[in-house]
Amino acid sequence: MIPRYQKILFIVLLAVSLAMGAELWHLRQRAHQRLLAGEVSAPTQAPEVAPDQQATLLVANDTDDSLLTQDRSLPLPADPGARARVLLGKLLDLYAASDSTHPVPGGAAGVAQVFLLPAAGPKDPEHPNAEMAVVNLTGSFAATHPSGIETENLTVLSICGTLRANLPTVIQVRFLVDGATRPTLAGHADLTRTFLTADAVPTPGATP
Amino acid sequence: MAASIAVALPAAAQQAPPAPAARFVVVLDAAHGGDDPGGRLTSGQAEKAVTLALSVRLRSLLAARGIAVVTTRESDATLPPNTRAAIANHANAQLCLSLHATESGSGAHLFTSSLAPAPSSLFTPWETAQSAWVTRSLALAGALNSALLHAGMTVTLGRTGLIAVDSMTCPAVAVEIAPERDPDNSITAEPDNPDYQARVAAALAAAVLEWRSEARQP
Repeated sequence: MIPRYQKILFIVLLAVSLAMGAELWHLRQRAHQRLLAGEVSAPTQAPEVAPDQQATLLVANDTDDSLLTQDRSLPLPADPGARARVLLGKLLDLYAASDSTHPVPGGAAGVAQVFLLPAAGPKDPEHPNAEMAVVNLTGSFAATHPSGIETENLTVLSICGTLRANLPTVIQVRFLVDGATRPTLAGHADLTRTFLTADAVPTPGATP
Repeated sequence: MAASIAVALPAAAQQAPPAPAARFVVVLDAAHGGDDPGGRLTSGQAEKAVTLALSVRLRSLLAARGIAVVTTRESDATLPPNTRAAIANHANAQLCLSLHATESGSGAHLFTSSLAPAPSSLFTPWETAQSAWVTRSLALAGALNSALLHAGMTVTLGRTGLIAVDSMTCPAVAVEIAPERDPDNSITAEPDNPDYQARVAAALAAAVLEWRSEARQP
């Protein structure tokens, strides 16, 4: 048998809780209204759309271990780093497509950032403005990449070749995964080394 | 006395037994193992199991032909790349094969080191020790290519950086077995198919025998 004073205490506490909940809801609604009132929702500046430009992608083909050149018209930003990221995003989108010749899931989201730095090593008179691209891949891209020497090698080479075809000053490429160095892409391709874009050349005679 | 030595020396040279031929040793490196499963095939089998099965099969074929074989692993053991290269280098082998398997592509993929060829020197950096052997490795890849094509397989040749292979001081090739496909690109045999593995092992053994006969030619 529950004592009478406990019943009264329970009813009072329940009533107070409900009242406090109602008051909180009321305050939240008022704050939301104030926020909406102070915000200018009308657009004040037209978004800038980068013009379409010709870009060359080196697309991997698992069937014959080749790199095929594909010309595409893409809206490319002026900033070289952002441009490199858009290009590699487009390349990875092709790999994520259902009819891909080099199936790799993930798509454009697989490239987190691309940084351009002065190339490492002694200055080369033939390339006074030589740069190194640091490609930061996402961990989910590396985790879902198919494992194998050929498939990993083709991914790396197609990234290097695409950068070389569109950003000729990039002569070296290094890879990070989630901002850190990683021994291999998916168990095979050595990501600890510096790759030379000159090593990634399209397969002679191959056409898309 | 001096005359006797002068006369005796040619006679001694005639009677001396011929120098024994260098022992022909093959190193088989079943990639991955232990904590490192490698890739996973459609059947669900890990790459490490497929490479070990192929290594055991190839070792048996070569041993039956009187070839000394050194394997980097005989069980599901974890081996770092440097240990694999160290085993190969201690064996003083005439041929090293790093065995891999994948679900991508088709047929056999043959990869040699992407290091630039360099002359052999007394002190060689560990990470680029293969550079003095790259030319021989490319020739070995050609021999393997011929044998696999002769066996009716699709073969692709490439060059890449593999940590273990780049440190090996022997003609070294990474052999990656991919599914066998028909002209419609449909899979007809997975890398873990015993019959398919037997054909691959037989072709590789034939290439090794060819390589040995070439090595013995003056």
